[in-house]
Amino acid sequence: MISIRKVSKWYGEFQVLKQCSAEVAGGEVVVVCGPSGSGKSTLIKCVNGLEAFQEGEILINDLSVGARKTNLSELRSRVGMVFQHFELFPHLKVIQNLTIAQCKVLGRKNEEATEKALKLLEMVGLTTHAQKFPAQLSGGQQQRVAIARALAMDPVAMLFDEPTSALDPEMIKEVLDVMVVLAQKGMTMMVVTHEMGFAREVANRVIFMDHGEVVEDRPKTDFFKSPGTDRAQQFLSKILSHGAEQG
Amino acid sequence: MYEFDWSSIPGALPFLWQGMQRTLEITAVAIVVGIVLGTVIALLRLSGNWALSNLATFYVNGFRSVPLVMVLLWFYLLVPQLISNLMGQPSMDIRLLSAFVAFALFEASYYAEIIRAGIQSVSRGQVSAGLALGMTKGQTMRLILLPQAFRRMIPLLLTQAIILFQDTSLVYVIGLAEFFGVAYNTGNRDGTLVEMLLFAGAVYFVISFSASMLVRALQAKLAS
Repeated sequence: MISIRKVSKWYGEFQVLKQCSAEVAGGEVVVVCGPSGSGKSTLIKCVNGLEAFQEGEILINDLSVGARKTNLSELRSRVGMVFQHFELFPHLKVIQNLTIAQCKVLGRKNEEATEKALKLLEMVGLTTHAQKFPAQLSGGQQQRVAIARALAMDPVAMLFDEPTSALDPEMIKEVLDVMVVLAQKGMTMMVVTHEMGFAREVANRVIFMDHGEVVEDRPKTDFFKSPGTDRAQQFLSKILSHGAEQG
Repeated sequence: MYEFDWSSIPGALPFLWQGMQRTLEITAVAIVVGIVLGTVIALLRLSGNWALSNLATFYVNGFRSVPLVMVLLWFYLLVPQLISNLMGQPSMDIRLLSAFVAFALFEASYYAEIIRAGIQSVSRGQVSAGLALGMTKGQTMRLILLPQAFRRMIPLLLTQAIILFQDTSLVYVIGLAEFFGVAYNTGNRDGTLVEMLLFAGAVYFVISFSASMLVRALQAKLAS
């Protein structure tokens, strides 16, 4: 489904991604974790071409993201993305946030798009908020709307870029719950997150990144039981002790 | 002590009103064309195309670096020539036409900068969100960035319009009978120049001041 092959990226002299490779098969949930500045967000933004990369190749269903002849807009319309800061469109009502791309990109009729949007709002538990503006919602609600907005395009895969890191602790669960449901429905997901509870519950594999490199890429049980590298071990112990403090 | 003589003002009111209509016409044309053209120039400046963006920068810097009076005179001397070359004898008052053109082009350079700053004030994440949904760059600009940018810019655009309204008085240099020109000529004719100009000043003040009060109220409403 998503195939990342030896991708490298530089900001000027500084190399942010070093020969990164990873595979996400259809229906798989892959969690990408690592310390801040490790390049995990940059990598996930390369997957739908929001960030350019200089070397390597990324294929989505055999379509090459970096290739000149690829219609990037069309490709992106089939890959959903959820951002750390939600990025709902503040000048549009919730329902319009969900319908605008359906109508303008996929050419759906307004009634069809609205019907779809309402179904998805029901799924994320926000039907009653359809006519509100994003600023009237809490962070957790906004992020659920953002997930619904991405799903409205009927994506073949979903990318999550730290979907819960801008949220207050009490709102993290409501967003993760929606993501768990998605995963259980068989959605192909690539998730950059520090939420190891989520990884334990639904991930198939965990990718650990540090300093722009993919350090580990292993099934989740192996990863949590015995991280193969010191760096991953250190990272995990920090994250988990932090989680214990909060719990 | 100076003896004020206000008696000639009531009789001049119909002419002053005609002049005010001219003033408002020029203001309206300059605002509409200025904002449309200004948006195009702002988009060219942000286009990322080297040639187009430099062309737009040159336009903006050019117009912002010369006095408006001079632009008015240039266009007054140029536009009649151009028009008659292109379309034969114009049916419209050539002075009014050249004032329209000069103001519209001049104001576009100011509006372009306001609009560019407005567009840049919308966060990069909004662009990413539009693109990630499969929108083209053009759609993202039109459907996501511009609506947000214009909402934020409304107070600045209106303030610029008020300045523009006052600046229209400069068209007296090409002998066009707008509000200030009528006031000046009538006052001169009747020997009541001081009274007439005081009156004209009061009218400009009342209109501009009420407009800026409105802008302030609007700003407070937008901020809430």
